Amino acid sequence: MMPAQDIFTVAAVSLGSLFFLAGTVGLLRFPDTLTRLHALTKADNLGLGLVVLGLLPQVSSPLGWIGLVAVWLLALLAGATVGQLVAGAVRPPIGTPARPGDPRA
Amino acid sequence: MSLTVPVDLGLALLLLGLAVWVIATSATYRAAEGFIAYGLVLALVWVRLGSVDVALTEAALGSGLTGLLLLRAAARLPPDDPAEAARPGRGIRVLAALLCAVVTAGLATVVLLLPEPAPTLAPAAAANLPATGVGNPVTGVLLAYRAIDTLGESIVLVLALVGLWALAPDAAWGGRPGALRTPPAGSALRFLAQVLPPFGILVGIHLLWIGADHPGGKFQGATVLAAMWVLVIVAGLRQPPAVTSRSMRWLVVAGSLLFVAIGIAGIWLAEAFLAYPDGLAKPFILAIEAALTLSVAVILGLLLAGPPEAEPPSTGARS
Repeated sequence: MMPAQDIFTVAAVSLGSLFFLAGTVGLLRFPDTLTRLHALTKADNLGLGLVVLGLLPQVSSPLGWIGLVAVWLLALLAGATVGQLVAGAVRPPIGTPARPGDPRA
Repeated sequence: MSLTVPVDLGLALLLLGLAVWVIATSATYRAAEGFIAYGLVLALVWVRLGSVDVALTEAALGSGLTGLLLLRAAARLPPDDPAEAARPGRGIRVLAALLCAVVTAGLATVVLLLPEPAPTLAPAAAANLPATGVGNPVTGVLLAYRAIDTLGESIVLVLALVGLWALAPDAAWGGRPGALRTPPAGSALRFLAQVLPPFGILVGIHLLWIGADHPGGKFQGATVLAAMWVLVIVAGLRQPPAVTSRSMRWLVVAGSLLFVAIGIAGIWLAEAFLAYPDGLAKPFILAIEAALTLSVAVILGLLLAGPPEAEPPSTGARS
């Protein structure tokens, strides 16, 4: 019988992997850039978050916890920024004149 | 054990597949993207082989920095891809493929013919490590046993920068590097460039500091520092310094100068060029690593920033 913390780790990491799998399927199957971006950031935010959450009980030192959580927070920050940049590249901000190829045009 | 074999097999197949794809794809931009992915998978392979130092370097320099250079080179090429028209003839391509195959076969033969156990200097390196005062054998090899190689590498980087600057047209000399000049950045990128650098600088210094005893070191740390600088430049918060800036030039050569100075001092203090006096090896190694980190970070940032360009008439209006 596994200790409770190991069961928690297996469950959380498996759930996180599921989000990565779903995100990858979405990235490959969704029709346009914005929806693909949605799939990608979900995998990063929730998938990585659950993997980090699952790994926390396996780390004994507080510095290790801070490191793991910092990895997740930095990935969130980078993912959110890259999402904005890619979305901005395919769709200019609201209030600017539409360019050729703009879905609003 | 049973779980790691499929993972390793998958990594190896993915790596080979990516390598073939990078060569086979005709679009330059896609090839550059594939190269970045290839570098990241290669870093994972190095981790599986237990070489975390190499993995960090591959991810930072091989995939990140080189990938960015390749992407920018691909973006500067005209969209109708002149590389396609200037493609070498079939004969040359077959010859190149043949040469590559011979090199691969030769390497594979050598590796497969190695006696069991393979000859190694690792025990000797580990046995003499206490004399250097550092705990990470990779750092010991790079800065004590084979310091001359590392000195050469640090000077090569300075020469690479000189070579890049030599590409500037005469009229542009004295201007600022212009390759990272982008259209006005959105608020998201500016926010990232304001929030991330404190953490990035901390991570860079951390990589340098733990490099003495754990995987990490000056090149990995310097790449992270350079990335933070480049992020600030790309977001338009700061401009790269003009190439004539004297303080920046001192930063570029500081690491190599200190390395050479300590090396020459070794002739009197320890009876050989690049030898460290007994008991002082670790402080000297740390001083060289710190100075080299700063210099390498500045050089890598300047390599990404490109050759100097003449100041545009209205700043930031280029699209």
